Amino acid sequence: MRESRGSGRPGLAPPRPERGTPPAGGPVPYARRAARLHPGAWWLWALALGTAATRTTNPLLLALLITVSGYVVAVRRPHTPWALSYGAFVKLAAAVLLLRLAFAVVLGSPIPGTHTLFTLPEVPLPDWAQGIRLGGRVTAEGLAFALYDALRLAALLICVGAANALASPSRLLKSLPGALYELGVAVVVALTFAPNLIADVRRLRAARRLRGRPDKGVRGLVQVGLPVLEGALERSVSLAAAMDARGYGRTAEVPPAVRRTTAALTLGGLLGVCAGTYGLLTAAGGGYGLPVLLAGVASALAGLWLGGRRTLRTRYRPDPWDARAWLVTASGVAVAALLTLAGSLDPGALRPGVVPLEPPTLPLWPAAAVLIGLLPAFVTPAPEAVRDTREEPTP
Amino acid sequence: MIRFENVSVTYDGAAEPAVREVDFEVPEGELVLLVGPSGVGKSTVLGAVSGLVPHFTGGTLHGRVTVAGRDTRTHKPRELADVVGTVGQDPLSHFVTDTVEDELAYGMESLGLAPEVMRRRVEETLDLLGLAGLRDRHISTLSGGQRQRVAIGSVLTPHPKVLVLDEPTSALDPAAAEEVLAVLQRLVHDLGTTVLMAEHRLERVVQYADQVALLPGAGERLRLGSPAEVMAVSPVCPPVVGLGRLAGWSPLPLTVRDARRRAAPLRERLEGRRPGRDTAPPPAAPPVKRRFGRVKKENAGTPEPVAEVRSLAVRRDRVRALTHVDLTVLPGETVALMGRNGAGKSTLLSALVGLVAPSSGSVRTGGAVPHRTRPRDLVRKAGLVPQEPRDLLYADTVAAECAAADRDAEAEPGTCRALLDQLLPSVADDTHPRDLSEGQRLTLALAVVLTARPPLLLLDEPTRGLDYAAKARLTAILRGLAAEGHAIVMATHDVELAAELAHRVVLLAEGEVIADGPSAEVVVASPSFAPQVAKILAPQPWLTVAQVKEALER
Repeated sequence: MRESRGSGRPGLAPPRPERGTPPAGGPVPYARRAARLHPGAWWLWALALGTAATRTTNPLLLALLITVSGYVVAVRRPHTPWALSYGAFVKLAAAVLLLRLAFAVVLGSPIPGTHTLFTLPEVPLPDWAQGIRLGGRVTAEGLAFALYDALRLAALLICVGAANALASPSRLLKSLPGALYELGVAVVVALTFAPNLIADVRRLRAARRLRGRPDKGVRGLVQVGLPVLEGALERSVSLAAAMDARGYGRTAEVPPAVRRTTAALTLGGLLGVCAGTYGLLTAAGGGYGLPVLLAGVASALAGLWLGGRRTLRTRYRPDPWDARAWLVTASGVAVAALLTLAGSLDPGALRPGVVPLEPPTLPLWPAAAVLIGLLPAFVTPAPEAVRDTREEPTP
Repeated sequence: MIRFENVSVTYDGAAEPAVREVDFEVPEGELVLLVGPSGVGKSTVLGAVSGLVPHFTGGTLHGRVTVAGRDTRTHKPRELADVVGTVGQDPLSHFVTDTVEDELAYGMESLGLAPEVMRRRVEETLDLLGLAGLRDRHISTLSGGQRQRVAIGSVLTPHPKVLVLDEPTSALDPAAAEEVLAVLQRLVHDLGTTVLMAEHRLERVVQYADQVALLPGAGERLRLGSPAEVMAVSPVCPPVVGLGRLAGWSPLPLTVRDARRRAAPLRERLEGRRPGRDTAPPPAAPPVKRRFGRVKKENAGTPEPVAEVRSLAVRRDRVRALTHVDLTVLPGETVALMGRNGAGKSTLLSALVGLVAPSSGSVRTGGAVPHRTRPRDLVRKAGLVPQEPRDLLYADTVAAECAAADRDAEAEPGTCRALLDQLLPSVADDTHPRDLSEGQRLTLALAVVLTARPPLLLLDEPTRGLDYAAKARLTAILRGLAAEGHAIVMATHDVELAAELAHRVVLLAEGEVIADGPSAEVVVASPSFAPQVAKILAPQPWLTVAQVKEALER
């Protein structure tokens, strides 16, 4: 009693910071594990933005989409090595853009154009290569068309990169249903395999230098191939041993009847999906396609659910699907839906013509719709600050 | 808790059993240390406890192993996962997930524990191992000691009755090793966990053991007894025991404290004597400060340095690995680089052979700028034996490896083999480098590097995984090389090795040099880097048992 009151005396008990709160905790909540957004929400948001990008070829809208996703990545990506993959995706997108333009210049474009920018010497091709052109006239219309087209693909790639950076695929795989868990682990292990392999190649190529052999060039790469594979194999074996010793693959006893039902449901479901898809795609089977497909999906899902009973696994702190996850997903889906709608209402603004060549204009309300995609930057918590003391202090 | 009944294990294709007629029992709640020279089957015994031998490795197991009443013959490793936790030599190959918290939970998820239980145990384990601040960290960003603690934590959370550890401290710096051992002791004392562990660095662990199981040699029978009893006959023993044997103390002291209390008479006998050659100052005392330009002319008598590093800074992935490092190495001098895991020791060695380019400052090895020199010329100036000597070996027989080394170094054919014969006579030409023991592989890599006769020899963590015999052989080899005029720089956590070999110790912390001076001064001044003999005989400047022995015989 006395003690509990004693602590109320002024000046004696300064309020202790709560355990686990970051030292520099400002008003922004940090994305500690509990506050993390469900990875599925990030992926849905990013893929929806990607879908939106496929609905338009307007370069201004596409640039806006890229900016929106880039901004969210910049402020919300976590400090994990995986998040650095965004840069790689951006580079890939740039490469795609340049390649497409180079093709348009060298191989010409099917777009008829009148504004000739310059003319490359045309390479005469034999008769059998009719329809292919090398060099020749390069028109502004052709280039613009290629640019719009490539920008769309680039935007899509950058959106996938955003999904990767915001929530690594391995986190996404953890949300798989129990029956698919082992598949998920296999993929995760494979995902970590690649970076390890690259690290090994680097280390062994460096070691070549120590032997007095050149550490660059193709021959060096070939010669380290075998040791690298050996090392990778050894590591895989020891990982498998460790996983086995830690209980990977423990299964519960289930009655044979359940096992058989599971197999029947899954197999039947997959067959149904195949038959239904076939029916949908062929003109003749229009009537039965959809119902068979739906029945197949239902049966496969039931098989998965029943199969999940064989695994003992429980899940540690699964990411909850909360209101913020709904909001993030909804913002992405809204962008995709509104752009699709705009595409049917006002096709001219979303697909600016190149013949005759005219400067693209920014259609007002579709642009506003794209801005909805910024919502995650405000409703999700900021990533936790890095507390590595060896990190460079920011100047 | 663990019971071996007449166990022999024969691997497929092997003529002889790896271990023969092992028969012992580990009672509940004891910490038992498994010791013995390399290659006597310690890992096999450990693997048999978790069921990985023979379920995973193949081979035939005769006899019976039971853990908590379960026969490993009928229980696969995954069915023993709730009673046995195993941590192998390399924690990195143990991790399945990518963050600390998920890794701790992984084993429990496999066992199907309830979410509340998992949450509680993860929090407990984070506190127990001091990992709370790292819970969200990506595993690839952790240091060696942190990784080892996470690996131990990850097998602790399912609350196993038995913990099996293979060399838990050999890759760690002294402070991190103590951290890990303190945790183990806490588990044994507070939770009654049974621990069986193998470790070469006895000086670190023997005082924590309740019993010691000794495998004296290949095919010999296992002997179990109290640490003092077993250490009296063991072919491998830590310096404190070596000193005890030398001084004839009985019972043998196992801790520095026990030994100190006995050491007063020995200190008196040694009064007035000085250590002999081993730590004699280097041929010429290195100039301490050379910040301003060239060495003055009056130093003309000193030999040309084989390596010179001036205010070197190296950045790796935006992290400053080294800042303002100055180092001069003279011919015939042996320098030990010490410091925490991640202090920049390996980076400094890499800079000396041009594997990393300096971001500022300069490095000169034998008068050349290493990262701009062609590898073929550089091997004649400096040779590095990396942490994993296997990285240097590509061929599939020892003979082919030696021939390749001669070609690389443009040396007379047979040079490398002759060197190898000098260092390690017993290796056959047609052996695959992978089948060599750690010590043999290290020696082969050393021979390969020495083929080009580099005046500067660099070694990264050379004693990892070596037993005392292999270490003694390495020490003799390196001492011989230093006497021939080779300069040696080695990065090591092994304080005993540094005490035996190094003329000079350079301490690194956070990429900076924090101490540089004669071994006796630097090492003795630091409680975590002082070798056992120094601690026992302080304030007298003795570092190794060999020194004391020599002084007593004089």
